Formats: sequence, structure tokens, C-alpha cells
Amino acid sequence: MSTDPDTGAVPLAAGYRRDHGVHPPLDYPGYRSTALRHPKRPLHLLPHLLTEVTGPLLGEDRIGETDNDLTRQHDGEPQGQRIIVHGQVRDGDGRPVPNTLIEIWQANAGGRYRHTGDNWPCPLDPNFTGVGRTLTDDQGRYRFVTIRPGAYPWRNHDNAWRPAHIHFSLFGRAFTQRLVTQMYFPGDPLFFQDPMWNSIPDEKARERLVARFDYANTAPEWALAFEWDIVLRGRESTVFESEVDDD
Amino acid sequence: MSTAGETTPSQTVGPYLHIGLPWPDGPFALAEGAEGGFWIRGTLYDGAGEPVPDGLIETWQADPDGRFDHPDDPRGAKAWPGFRGFGRCETDATGEFRIRTLKPGPVPGLGGAMQAPHIDVSVFARGMLDRTVTRIYFPEETEANAADPVLSSIPEPERATLVARPAEDGYRFDIRLQGEDETVFFDI
Repeated sequence: MSTDPDTGAVPLAAGYRRDHGVHPPLDYPGYRSTALRHPKRPLHLLPHLLTEVTGPLLGEDRIGETDNDLTRQHDGEPQGQRIIVHGQVRDGDGRPVPNTLIEIWQANAGGRYRHTGDNWPCPLDPNFTGVGRTLTDDQGRYRFVTIRPGAYPWRNHDNAWRPAHIHFSLFGRAFTQRLVTQMYFPGDPLFFQDPMWNSIPDEKARERLVARFDYANTAPEWALAFEWDIVLRGRESTVFESEVDDD
Repeated sequence: MSTAGETTPSQTVGPYLHIGLPWPDGPFALAEGAEGGFWIRGTLYDGAGEPVPDGLIETWQADPDGRFDHPDDPRGAKAWPGFRGFGRCETDATGEFRIRTLKPGPVPGLGGAMQAPHIDVSVFARGMLDRTVTRIYFPEETEANAADPVLSSIPEPERATLVARPAEDGYRFDIRLQGEDETVFFDI
């Protein structure tokens, strides 16, 4: 495709579906920190033009040799339950999202982050950093080896505890598809009081953040396994430019 | 075919994003030492006017020809030497971020219309359950800004929050999440 010599117009790819009903509101009083950190004015509609339907396509140069195995980043083995976390990244139309960067970070087995701001009196693990990266393969599949993170207390409400979770960051192939989220573990008893979990309006959408225990892919005498698929926004069926042509 | 309802929901980056997301070369949308670059610096503020020291700013933009190194640019992917187009910077203890980049060229919009040079911005932080999105426009582009379909759709005085200010080594673009001078954010 190329620029139209008469009008200078370039045909644009279809935009991405707006699926805000799926995501938490920016103003959610149950999570106290939202109070001063959410816009009060209404958002302005941003059409999905070239800047929005493109995005950074980051590659192997962002990945180190042990980045996808958080249990091999130090001389010794970290404490805790070794787990495999794997799954597929697809878009809302069911298409795999290949070669896309996934970044994860998490607490150690006791719920302590290797971060100066974390004062939870549970020790750091000298053999665990809690940071990983990988690229999905040509089928959108990813795989990490890590330690099952612990729950930890925080100061949001009386006796507040975060359920065990792993933070995930994904780029997809477009600015519109950028997603930062958290993966949870099945059967966690702490969901009921967690404002992050409860901020998601649709119960079915919440459940999509829970990994599936995957006995079949458990590595015997080595690691349990969890499977978690991630779905990024799908395409609008309409192409902007054809709408304009029809006018 | 699945439906839009199956998208994975967003969650906050939380207070410890610094262990996972900053990159040593993150602020360099234009490689360190490459010619022709400038800094965009700014402070992220909350609704009490306090700096946000645990935020993350990401930028995405065209190259100086208004092109993207991406297969969905219908003119074809085109790389600009030393230029990644993507910048990422955590805010520091004073809420400040910095991105070293090149000025984007005008980018095609709908029909034959052009968009003024602009940079897309994502803002992440503890207390933000989803990112917010804004755009940086350039103060010297008076005519192009007036004709820009996105910028011109926003009434003053809010529109002014999207225009960077000149600074000694580039531009300044402060982001106010809430309050009197709240930055314009977009429904993306």
C-alpha cells in the first residue's frame, strides 16, 4: 500500500476495540491510592490513527540468558515452591500475538519484594530478585520458571493482604494493546478483601486473571505448573479509510 | 471468534514497578550520543499537587519523517538510525521523568488530513488501576496544532495542557493527574 497521489491520504489499518467495561475504573475508593491519582475530567475520545495502531516491536536484545528463569539468576537456589508459569498471548479475535515482550516482577516466597520501599518484616532471599522477561514465540506462547510468590500485608484497610500475584507487562503490536496486569493463583482465600481484584466490575473478567493449575505440565520431582493465557484487545471490523471513501 | 469481552483486565503496576520495568537505556528513544536529539522533561503530580515518585512514563512516536518502524504503517516499516521511537522512564524522588528523543514529523490522519507532530504518552503508577494516555504537542507548531484533528477538538484552556513548553535542552511537559490544571487524558 502507498500514499494516494491525489489526496496524500494513506489507508489506515482498522482501529482496536474499546473494551473499557473490562477494566477497573480509575476512581475506585476501595483502593485508597486512587483518590488523588485519577483524572476528574472526562476522557476525550482518541481515534486510532497511525500512532495508536503501531507500537514498539522490541526484540531479543531486551532479553538476557536467564531472564525467563527466575530460579537461575543467582549462585544458589531460591527458597520456595518452584513453579512453571506458561500460556499463550492472543488478541480479542483469537489470533496469537507472536514475538512480543513480556516483563514480570513479583515478591519472593515470603511476600517480600526486593525494593527499598518494602518494609514487610519477612527476609529477602539472597538467591531471588523477582524480575523476568521473555518474548512470545511464533504461536504467542511464553514460559517462565519462578517461585510461587507469597501474600503480603499492606496499609490500604484494616488487616489488608494482597493475594499472591505476579505482575505482568505486555506490549502487543500496537500502542492501544499495551497492558499491565497481575496474574493470581486459583483458590486464593484473599480475593474477597482485595480492592485490586474487586475493582474489576465483571466477575467473569476477574476470573480471567486467575491461572489454571496445570498438573499435566508439572515437571516431575522439579516444579508445579500453572497455565495463564492473556488476551489483548482485538481489531475493530471497520477500517477508517473506507468510511471516509463512502462519504 | 472471541468477543471484546474476553480481554484480560488491567491492574495497577503497584508501588514496586521499579524492580521490573526500568531499563538502563529506557529514557533513550534516541540512542545515547546520537545526533539531533533533545530532552523532554516533566514532573508527574497528583491531585494534591504533590510529585508522584513511583510512576512510569512511556512514549511512542513517529520519526522526523512522520514514519513508523512498524508493519502497520501503510507506507511500509522504515527504521531511522539510532531511533527506537519508544521511551520509558520511571519518575524519581521528585516526580521527574526524562525522555531523549527526536522531534516527530507530521503524521497522516484521516483522508488527506495531517496530524501535527505529536508523541503518545502512557502514565502508570501505584493508585492507577489502568494507565492513562495523553499526547505531547510542540509549542512552535502553531499552524499545524490549530489544524490537528485531535488537539483542535479539545476546548481551551484544557488544550494548553497538551502543548510542551520550550526548555534549555529541549522541552518541558508536566503531567497533572487531577485538579485545577489537570492534563487532558484520552479514551484510548
